[in-house]
Amino acid sequence: MQSWLNQPLTWGSALVLFLWALVFLFIVLGFVTYAIYFERKVIGWMQLRIGPNRVGPFGMLQTVADIFKLLIKEDTIPRKADRALFILAPVLAYIPAFSVLAVLPYTQNLYFADLNVGLLYYVALSGISTLAIVLGGWASNNKYALLGGMRSAAQMISYEVPLVISVVGVILLSGSLNLRDIVAAQSGGWFWDWNFIPQIIGFIIFIIAAVSELNRTPFDLPEAESELVAGYHVEYSGFRFAFFMLSEYVYVYAIAALTTVLFLGGWHAPAPFLAFVPGIIWFLLKFAFIVFFLFWIRATLPRIRVDQLMGLGWKVLLPLSLLNVFLTAIYLELFIKN
Amino acid sequence: MIRTEELLLNVGPQHPSTHGVFRIIVKLDGEVITEATPVMGYLHRGTEKIAESLNFTQIIPYTDRMDYVSAMTNNYVLVHAVETMMGLEVPQRAEYLRLVVMELQRVASHLVWWGTYLLDIGAMSPFLYAFRDREMIIDLFNELCGARLTYNYMRVGGVKWDAPPGWLDKVRAFIPYMENKLMEYDKLVSGNEIFLARIKGVGAYDAKTAIDYGLTGANLRCTGVDFDIRKAEPYSLYSKFDFDVPLGKTGDCHDRYRIRLEEIRQSLRILKQAMEQFPEGGDTMGKVPRVLRPPAGEVYVRIESPRGEIGCHIVSKGKAEPYRLKFRRPSFVNLQILPKLLVGETMTNLITILGGIDIVVGEVDC
Amino acid sequence: MSEEQGKDGEKPVVREAPADAEREAKLKAAAEARAARAAAKEKTESEAGEAAPEVAKPPSPRQPELDRLAALIKSEVSESAVEDAYLNELNGDMPVIIINNSYWREVSRLLKEHGELQFNYLRNVSGVDYETHMEVVYHLYSLSTKREAAFKVKTERDAAAVFSATPVWATANWNEREIYDLLGIDFPGHPDMRRIMMPDDWVGHPLRKDYEPIDPEV
Repeated sequence: MQSWLNQPLTWGSALVLFLWALVFLFIVLGFVTYAIYFERKVIGWMQLRIGPNRVGPFGMLQTVADIFKLLIKEDTIPRKADRALFILAPVLAYIPAFSVLAVLPYTQNLYFADLNVGLLYYVALSGISTLAIVLGGWASNNKYALLGGMRSAAQMISYEVPLVISVVGVILLSGSLNLRDIVAAQSGGWFWDWNFIPQIIGFIIFIIAAVSELNRTPFDLPEAESELVAGYHVEYSGFRFAFFMLSEYVYVYAIAALTTVLFLGGWHAPAPFLAFVPGIIWFLLKFAFIVFFLFWIRATLPRIRVDQLMGLGWKVLLPLSLLNVFLTAIYLELFIKN
Repeated sequence: MIRTEELLLNVGPQHPSTHGVFRIIVKLDGEVITEATPVMGYLHRGTEKIAESLNFTQIIPYTDRMDYVSAMTNNYVLVHAVETMMGLEVPQRAEYLRLVVMELQRVASHLVWWGTYLLDIGAMSPFLYAFRDREMIIDLFNELCGARLTYNYMRVGGVKWDAPPGWLDKVRAFIPYMENKLMEYDKLVSGNEIFLARIKGVGAYDAKTAIDYGLTGANLRCTGVDFDIRKAEPYSLYSKFDFDVPLGKTGDCHDRYRIRLEEIRQSLRILKQAMEQFPEGGDTMGKVPRVLRPPAGEVYVRIESPRGEIGCHIVSKGKAEPYRLKFRRPSFVNLQILPKLLVGETMTNLITILGGIDIVVGEVDC
Repeated sequence: MSEEQGKDGEKPVVREAPADAEREAKLKAAAEARAARAAAKEKTESEAGEAAPEVAKPPSPRQPELDRLAALIKSEVSESAVEDAYLNELNGDMPVIIINNSYWREVSRLLKEHGELQFNYLRNVSGVDYETHMEVVYHLYSLSTKREAAFKVKTERDAAAVFSATPVWATANWNEREIYDLLGIDFPGHPDMRRIMMPDDWVGHPLRKDYEPIDPEV
């Protein structure tokens, strides 16, 4: 992949790159399809239900049927909505969600773009989807959607800050913004060499802020269905709604992969004697655990309140993440530098 | 200068958390409510008007449909009013059966509240756990009277059906089961930090306000006023049982939550004692004239429904139909305090407070 | 077709005979039962008739409660505020006092604020259409003295109006709106007198005995 990227751009290489992106898109779509199925099954079991079991074997085709239903639905745009922005919003939500995946490495050799500011790229692009949500909420010309959009803007801005600062510690430890280098810096052989133990404060802040960035329970305020009905996408249906849904799950994919890379040692085995298992398996296991964790807390926790959310973000997470940076810096100065 | 506007938001009648077709028009300043006006009547069926052309036995099914989450207590208040008017004796076994179903109903009703309240707060799973356990009570009722929600079980002078063989044993088995589950609920939810942060100190009022607004049930007791009609003015067989009335201190949503859970426990205590005292045999229907014609006059009786004081005011002219029948519905009266509580709260707290009052719209609108 | 009709025509004839016999037997039994019941009733009535004059009904233990209430209202508000006072035997001798409409405002305040009464909890408000007049019934309870009583206020049917109790008990607010909506009794002094159950443009007050729906289809 790297060699393709380093070549001068010709029609031929552009076509190859495009095809790769297409293949990857289908992999991601496959992930989203089965993440939704998995979520419904897992939460169903946690709630004494069976979950989808009608369409296809074990209900495996349920999500496919759902997506198909969304695609063939009539495309409705409220008459008083701002048409152009209403159409733009779901697109704007999806593009950054898909673009951030470009920098995620899966194993030593399996990666797409090897960007030396990979982490910065991720954070910068993922901020754009806030704009899409606010836009969607505003363009719908619906009060619930507007409230949802506003909440989302406030929430994402407040949590982006601790999210970014919490990973500064990781950057300090590994001395790079390149995600592959960050994984390489965790290759001690044992699981305590992974960042989540030395950076335990950063790790916890990262997880909390990430769940909030994803707008998932307990931070699903922008779409709090018991208060705001459906929040920012209340007027969306069919294909456009599918796009919002899709970008939400693509972010689940991205965050799970990013957490694995930043804190859980990427493709490294937890112990030296387990190193014979291919790295991709380890990556997928850790990745799947994070995804499961997200579903798990969704079935467990109630929703936090707006003011408490803001308070938690600015008064607790931000000072703690700054403290984490400070502590890491002192540690590096005292023990590592010499 | 930035131009700011108040946002007029229609919450309901079709909204996931208004528990039916209830509507509140709120004025919002940002997310803070500056004014709230409840609008009801979407489920108004004119029960009181219909009742004026029906005889008393025919009215009983209509009471099922008022508070459809707690139909047994509604049945009871009507038949109890007629019995009081006519001075009828109810056989022991029938009275015990009534008491048992009423207490089971209280448990079932509080379970529905518990589940839906947590759903309002944003926790999905407890809803399903509560409905699993409520289902057991519903099954018991189903076996007893063939209906799961609208029972039409009680009659003036007794009950329609005797307990089928083995039914009482099932109730006996249910009590320890439910006690265990209550502990599980406590472990799962009652200590959850997010949950506590959502409900502690929210929607608080003092005892004087509560009395002034005529609140009853957990909404009154959360302020520390010890008023449970089962204790204060015992009806049915409640004077024979030993149970506590849980009280709150601060009058906030957390107290109401605690009280309702504790009331389930107390109801199970009553059920346990009732199962010990349950008479072996006997009639389930007293001596009742074929056509019920209460003497001319009027009567007001009240009992403790899961939501508070449910009263029945009958004015009779000595005919088979009531001249005027008025139900004092606890949901309707308790809801009055809502506009007062909402001013200055956020949209999120609207749901927390509304859920905490525990209304059933069928009863609000009657 | 005709065959079936013939059959149908025949059927009742075949069935009638046993049905008649059954019915006769039932009628006979019913008549016997009725006679027996009449006899029993006569017996009890004659017994009651004998017994009644001997044992005059003992005065209810709640009689003093009622007298004290009536006296208090008379002395504190006005002699003519109390139109009538009696015990409702059907309802466990609940004291019932009929208050003159023009004094209700003062009486309601007295009931809540007087140290001896403290009727702080308004448990129920009902409106009744008696065809000759309208009546509003207030069932009060005191959470401090644990006493209860019912107060009635009468008003004429046209231009029915009773002074609102909402300033005294906040409970009355929606209850009075409901009574206004369904019975057409106005409550001057109410902060927000609108319909509550029926749509705002509804014509008439459905719980009135002479109510005719403007659109019978509804």
